[in-house]
Amino acid sequence: MDVLTNNFSLYGEGFLGTVRLTVYSSLLALALGVVMAGFRVAPVAALRAVGTTWVTVLRNTPLTLLFFAMLLGLPRFGVALPFELFAVLALGCYTSAFICEAVRSGINTVPLGQGEAARSLGMTFGQTLGTIVLPQAFRTVIAPIGSTLIALAKNSAIAGSFSVVELLSTYKTLSENGYSVVWSFVWIALGYLILTLAISGLFHLMERRWGVAR
Amino acid sequence: MTTRSPATPPSGPKPSGKPSGLATLLRGRGGQPAPGAASALYDIPGPRARARHLVYGLLTTAALAVLLAGVFYLLTDTGQFAHVKWRPFAYEGVQELLLGGLGNTLKAFAMAAVLALALGAVLAAGRLSDHRPVRWVSTLLVEFFRAMPVLVMIFFVFVALRVQALPALVTGLTLYNGSVLAEVFRSGVQSVDRGQREAAYALGMRKTQVMVHVLVPQAVRAMMPTIISQLVVALKDTSLGFLITYEEFLHAGRLIAINMDYTMPFIPVVIVVSAIYIGLCMLLSWFANWVARRERGNLKNEAVAVAPAQAGSTMPGARP
Repeated sequence: MDVLTNNFSLYGEGFLGTVRLTVYSSLLALALGVVMAGFRVAPVAALRAVGTTWVTVLRNTPLTLLFFAMLLGLPRFGVALPFELFAVLALGCYTSAFICEAVRSGINTVPLGQGEAARSLGMTFGQTLGTIVLPQAFRTVIAPIGSTLIALAKNSAIAGSFSVVELLSTYKTLSENGYSVVWSFVWIALGYLILTLAISGLFHLMERRWGVAR
Repeated sequence: MTTRSPATPPSGPKPSGKPSGLATLLRGRGGQPAPGAASALYDIPGPRARARHLVYGLLTTAALAVLLAGVFYLLTDTGQFAHVKWRPFAYEGVQELLLGGLGNTLKAFAMAAVLALALGAVLAAGRLSDHRPVRWVSTLLVEFFRAMPVLVMIFFVFVALRVQALPALVTGLTLYNGSVLAEVFRSGVQSVDRGQREAAYALGMRKTQVMVHVLVPQAVRAMMPTIISQLVVALKDTSLGFLITYEEFLHAGRLIAINMDYTMPFIPVVIVVSAIYIGLCMLLSWFANWVARRERGNLKNEAVAVAPAQAGSTMPGARP
């Protein structure tokens, strides 16, 4: 127990680091994922190809490799950004591929008549997608997006090994200070449980409020 | 449209036998849409729309070309294509190092895959057990290991239990992927048509016989795509061994990349390593999709809805 009480600020810092990583990467992943999903159903073949390539490549890339390439590779080109930003970029891009697939499967559940009605009102592709189809698609994919974001929160642990302050990396400091390794891991595990349970609770709420089943 | 098999959201609506909604048109006819096929999202383009789409297409291509040219310029400008940077790959020692790393990656993957499948089977059997304590314990284990980041488990085994890197990596991957696979097996068994189970019991089969001879074969067949997708996750996650200094592929790449004698060819190493890694994972993913396509047309699967290779399930940590 005293592992936690003696190092509360260290744990707090690590926990907040993980929360920050998760929140920023989620926003990036959601934005990129929705754009890519739009690309994948667009009437322009070149855009579809971009979306498909993005998803295929990122879904088959190990996240560690992405971190390795981004955090250690980009500085070779003189791109000097803080580690945390690199980590957000890597996590966000990686997760966006999964968000894209979730959103696209949501688009597929929207009844045909919705798109047809929008078109017969003279709406363009952008209007149909943005104002008619996507809002309905989101409501069916709240749960899958939630589990993708939970996975993102768990994946953020990798960032700790690339000099980003986050929850898992606190164990190093603790074991240097001679604290029991097992106990420090118990509290780390608890931190992740709190975070994932919070996300899953949030998405449950959202699903209860807005979700529709088709 | 390029949408081959619209992935269903993991916990979302079940795909009905007859696809309805936008899926029908987005999927195109017979999987291969006619050029200019209608989508529910946009009208069949007329002459002006076609011209506009052509312009958009050209703009996209131009933007991509500029981007690629920019990257290429950056690479040449920093001398990444210089002969000295690539020469190390011709050295036998370097090739052996990379191959050894790849071998270690595949070794960890093979061990983790076999053990995870075994653990998944055991945990699934536990969750389907008629004995309440067994069910509770397995549920608890499955939920806990799925909720923990794999890396936390790997580090815990590596640091707290002080084992070698390979066993630590394999243990972490086994626990995590085993729990996910347990859920896959369980939902597979539960999705087998009720009549199959009832018929088997009516024939006087015992609980184990019903499971082994009737339910599991059908469930495994139906769940094969999802199982393979989960193995892709395991393959991708073997790269976590890099973080606990297991001498896998990425580790071998790093050794070459930081070597002064080879003028630190970091970018060439990243290019080579990612090409091989992504290629391997894509091969396995493609195999999963191929199995899914083949199984869907199979009469033996009538009793079970074949799960498409799900998008969500290839995300490490996502719930299938």
